Amino acid sequence: MKKFIMGALCGLLNGLFGSGGGVAAVPMLETANLEAKESHATSVAFIFILSLATTLSYLLGNKLDFDMAWSYIPYGAAGAIIGAVLLKKIPNSVLRRVFGAVILFAAFRILVKP
Amino acid sequence: MNIIIGLLSGAAASMGFGGGFVLIIYLTVFLNIDQITAQGVNLLFFLPVALVSIIIHQKNRLIKWKLLLKLIPGGILGILLGTLVASAINVDFLQKIFAGLLVFVGFRELFHKKK
Repeated sequence: MKKFIMGALCGLLNGLFGSGGGVAAVPMLETANLEAKESHATSVAFIFILSLATTLSYLLGNKLDFDMAWSYIPYGAAGAIIGAVLLKKIPNSVLRRVFGAVILFAAFRILVKP
Repeated sequence: MNIIIGLLSGAAASMGFGGGFVLIIYLTVFLNIDQITAQGVNLLFFLPVALVSIIIHQKNRLIKWKLLLKLIPGGILGILLGTLVASAINVDFLQKIFAGLLVFVGFRELFHKKK
């Protein structure tokens, strides 16, 4: 039941704000006794599944620009390989500090948005 | 520029930092593309990038599938609910509350004590 609610909260954030579910998923997964890097990797898989659902709703609303996305995807895939190798190597403690800085930046952007 | 942004977003997404923040900021702030289109591009971008990441994370045994399976039903329900609510009310205020929570989590992660 606790897992169901955790999942629902992440989904709710994603549905409400269009993103943000991933940022919430990482610390929530850490409370389920996962190491930092396991939380990050598992959150990617979780958000992938949530994003499939969101993409479907965008597709129905005809809001997708495939050409623009395609101009970034090959480089993104190369970046993904670099990121995944880094994730395996980076110490958990460093990962948590970098993640903390990134979400503080994200929060700051939301708070100053007009 | 596409190469740098693609690489950076891809690496961030793969590491579970929400690569969206790189690509969406670039598209909206620097290329003046509207928020909805940028979010759509980010979604399409994320799917193949996440797939590549998941394959490598799986090889490194970093994905906890049993836990993941338990999260999915709630996650799907949450998305449906969130999308419905977002189209009915103004979510700006809610988003500020969420950001306040992020500040808390951010500081906690940034200054955590090493175990």
